Amino acid sequence: MHELGVVFYVIKDVNKIAQENQIKKVHSVTLEIGEVSTVIPALLEDCWKWAIKREPVMEAAKLLVETIPAITYCEDCGEKYSTVQYAKICPRCNSERTYLLQGNEFNIKEIMVEDE
Amino acid sequence: MDKFRVIEVKRSVFEDNDADAEKLREELKNEGTFLLNLMSSPGAGKTTTLKRTIAMLKDEMKIGVMEADIDSDVDAKAIIETGVRAIQIHTGGMCHLDADMTRQGLREFGTKDLDFVVLENVGNLVCPAEFDTGAIKNAMILSVPEGDDKPLKYPLMFSICSAVLINKCDTLSVFDDFDCKAVEERIRKLNPDCKIFFGSAKTGEGFEAWADWIRAEVKAFQNK
Repeated sequence: MHELGVVFYVIKDVNKIAQENQIKKVHSVTLEIGEVSTVIPALLEDCWKWAIKREPVMEAAKLLVETIPAITYCEDCGEKYSTVQYAKICPRCNSERTYLLQGNEFNIKEIMVEDE
Repeated sequence: MDKFRVIEVKRSVFEDNDADAEKLREELKNEGTFLLNLMSSPGAGKTTTLKRTIAMLKDEMKIGVMEADIDSDVDAKAIIETGVRAIQIHTGGMCHLDADMTRQGLREFGTKDLDFVVLENVGNLVCPAEFDTGAIKNAMILSVPEGDDKPLKYPLMFSICSAVLINKCDTLSVFDDFDCKAVEERIRKLNPDCKIFFGSAKTGEGFEAWADWIRAEVKAFQNK
């Protein structure tokens, strides 16, 4: 459900960028998605295919997804560990004083455009 | 011949929403309208809570309610019966409201003469937590039958709320495995400053403290 909403945000942003740069056709859009961003790439792609049909600038554009690994930092022992594997509790010292360093991103990295 | 080139963008998709949210907060500040974003699971008692809250506060402040649902207008009708203004907005299948939708809804509603507006968000503990609506404060309702483990399962929601109302406490004798102390500890661990209220929208127990919190928040906001 959530994926459709974020696809609309991406389309809005790409349309804006296309307008600013006078681009008529977008060939592909590359996203950077964090492992714990709660967005599921496969669902995102389905929503994308459906939503771009009504967007002339990107009606055939491919959606490319690059994954950013989720890493959590432990304030007590300084360990950096995989969030997906160990979640909130540090595997080295069992501390709960941890925070996410990266992995909740949802960025548009770049777009590839076609010049006539 | 076709030529391809890459344009580097490198921006968060949520940047626009965050900017929209700040803009809305600025407008609300100028109007002196306190917007509370109220969230919960479906069936936790948002509408019943609102009805009781409105009855307690409507003689002291001008109140409006914006109902957000995927479909139907049953909630808005229930609120209008309490004698305050309400508007129903449909998210068209979306699981949450974003700042732009909130702002459009509020502008259509007209909030200039209102002191306190509640945005009753879509019933869902996941997506509404991720999108800043532009509200001044967030609050959520957790009902006893849902269980005391919800802060563990939906940590983001409990992290972003200034207040949590534990509702349906009149059913504690039936749901006797609900541990009030444990739920409080779990919320505090995520969000040490969170105000936690125990009550029942049905019987009214505990609602004076909840209403007092709203009174104090609205007053502090308007005196700023």
